[in-house]
Amino acid sequence: MAKTLFDKLWDAHVVTNLGGNNALLYIDRVFIHERTGSVALKSLEESGRQVRFPDHVFGTMDHIVDTHEGRGDTTLMPSGEDFIKAMREGCAWAGIKLFDINDKDQGIVHVISPEQGIVLPGLSLVCPDSHTCSQGAFGALAWGIGSTEAEHALATSTLRVAKPKQMRIAILGTLPAGITAKDVILHIIGELGAAGATGHAIEFCGPVVDAMDMEARMTLCNMGVELSAFTAVIAPDAKAISFLKGKPYAPKGDAWAEAQTYWQTLKSDNRAAFDRDIAIDVSRLKETVTWGTSPEHAIEISDTVPLTTNTQGCASSESIRKALDYIGLESGTPLAGVPITGAFIGSCTNGRLSDLRRAAAVLKGRHIAKGVKAICVPGSMAVKAAAEDEGLDRIFKDAGFEWRLPGCSMCFYAGGESFDDQERVISTTNRNFENRQGPKTRTHLASPATVAASAIKGKIASFRDIGADTPKDAIPAARTVEVVN
Amino acid sequence: MEKFTSITAIAAPLMRVNIDTDIIIPSREMKRVSKKGLSIGLFAGWRYEDIDARKQNPDFVLNQPKYLGTQILIAGENFGCGSSREHAVWALAEYGIRTIIAPSFSAIFESNCIQNGLLPVTLQADQVAVLADLAIGGAAGIFTVDLVAQTISDPTGQIHAFKVSDNKRQTLMDGLDPIARTLMVEDQIKAFEQKRFTTHPWARL
Repeated sequence: MAKTLFDKLWDAHVVTNLGGNNALLYIDRVFIHERTGSVALKSLEESGRQVRFPDHVFGTMDHIVDTHEGRGDTTLMPSGEDFIKAMREGCAWAGIKLFDINDKDQGIVHVISPEQGIVLPGLSLVCPDSHTCSQGAFGALAWGIGSTEAEHALATSTLRVAKPKQMRIAILGTLPAGITAKDVILHIIGELGAAGATGHAIEFCGPVVDAMDMEARMTLCNMGVELSAFTAVIAPDAKAISFLKGKPYAPKGDAWAEAQTYWQTLKSDNRAAFDRDIAIDVSRLKETVTWGTSPEHAIEISDTVPLTTNTQGCASSESIRKALDYIGLESGTPLAGVPITGAFIGSCTNGRLSDLRRAAAVLKGRHIAKGVKAICVPGSMAVKAAAEDEGLDRIFKDAGFEWRLPGCSMCFYAGGESFDDQERVISTTNRNFENRQGPKTRTHLASPATVAASAIKGKIASFRDIGADTPKDAIPAARTVEVVN
Repeated sequence: MEKFTSITAIAAPLMRVNIDTDIIIPSREMKRVSKKGLSIGLFAGWRYEDIDARKQNPDFVLNQPKYLGTQILIAGENFGCGSSREHAVWALAEYGIRTIIAPSFSAIFESNCIQNGLLPVTLQADQVAVLADLAIGGAAGIFTVDLVAQTISDPTGQIHAFKVSDNKRQTLMDGLDPIARTLMVEDQIKAFEQKRFTTHPWARL
């Protein structure tokens, strides 16, 4: 019988069927972070259990760590240090490799997992973090879970899972210059709604996905959870394989060759059936930005904020009114030109090297508007080092951006550093929820290029508005670096 | 884990779509490496006029006297979307919520509910709206949510059937520890693992 990619990944991990559509699935890798992993480890230890396969478990400090130079365990989040210490002690107790705060490989879990070759095509990987779906970009069965399920995965190397339905989203056409995966995924969420993929695993495919580099594919899959999907996957191709080659935890020698042979089988069969099939042409897509308090409130930058009489996506007029009340905008206001005083570039969605390059291409030789607080937080130490090698840090700093150390940072407000009360922020992150980035903070989600252009103008703006070249064409030439074997 | 068979309680309507886990428990309210002490932060952004002073917002549904002691929430589509933080479920459970009725839930939130003895009930949006209207009108209505029979009886006595998968239903009714259940098949896990490492040696570190 013809199988989808997701079927193949699923079937390869079934330890035993549990009746109905439920199975006990084997978990190849578990990744944990200090915010939700610390409590899972503590609970496991208290129950007298062990981590069953510590060599297959990894930890990082990303969620509440300080991102200022010279940081230690102290964090701006009240009692945040307790989480950091508990995580470190828990990892030591269990014998888990931890990418600690000032480790040269530290960073946001979904950024460092591929950098390290921890995620691989065909593996199952779970993490008590909803954006684990990002890693599905490599053709892994990767999804977000809660802390109790993390405890289960740590103790048993398995999880009890109900198989979701399947949805194929084909992204057709050719992406216009300067338009990125972030614009695409915001557009898709705007079209399908924040519950658009409830109960489904998504497979992204089509010429636009094929043309994307791995970092763009991760951005795409990252926000699968904002469609309420179980997870998202993309069939691994030569790009995925070459990205992982030589990474510290990727297989070597014969094992690499064997793996590659297997990975080439990881694609949906021609006649495989999906429960839902969606095709979206993005050839005419523009920069996409959110106006409200759900990622489904996404419109093109040249559009106006919807009328409460409109029903966009799944939103009712009442929910539009509530979102407008919170965000402080009137129906019918053009989105471009709305003043902002905060700009944030980073996160597991857009904190990778190509994201920073795109923003830097817009910022180069320019300065942010007066009164704007702008922050760039690279997704990992490796991203930061690579960006600094190219001189991107100088471009950001010269433009008036703060240049920070890796972490989740102001993607969410953990009680420490935040944007101000009712401050309007344009952000490359994934959630514009109420109070997410600070008390009553108003968040507009956008791509790195759009955030950079908006910071320069002091209002929501496109890179086109400041006469910047299309960011795609303006990527700085990578400095030649010596390859050390 | 507390078993779930049937509850009879007041229901509170929270009829907004996409109620995310940041709303259910803001990150700043997760102050200890613990599953406890979280109910004070439940819905903090909506529940308090002044969060630091814990000054209650009288308009918020759970602050209204008639909904005191509520154990059932009736909510809009996509409840529990967003962050995977299980703290959202721990906060709801500690507050006393045992059941949430909505047209849909996020996958991680739904699974977190099952792990903690909370019953997520999925009903058609129009049925949820009927129940919400009954919860809003007049005196607070008493509802019975019966997992054994898979029915909700509303304050007018009308019965609404729902369906929960056998697996989830059994987990909730037995209140068993899933880890203990899984460890009983450790032999099968070992056998699977050995086979996997033979056929896919690259999968082993």
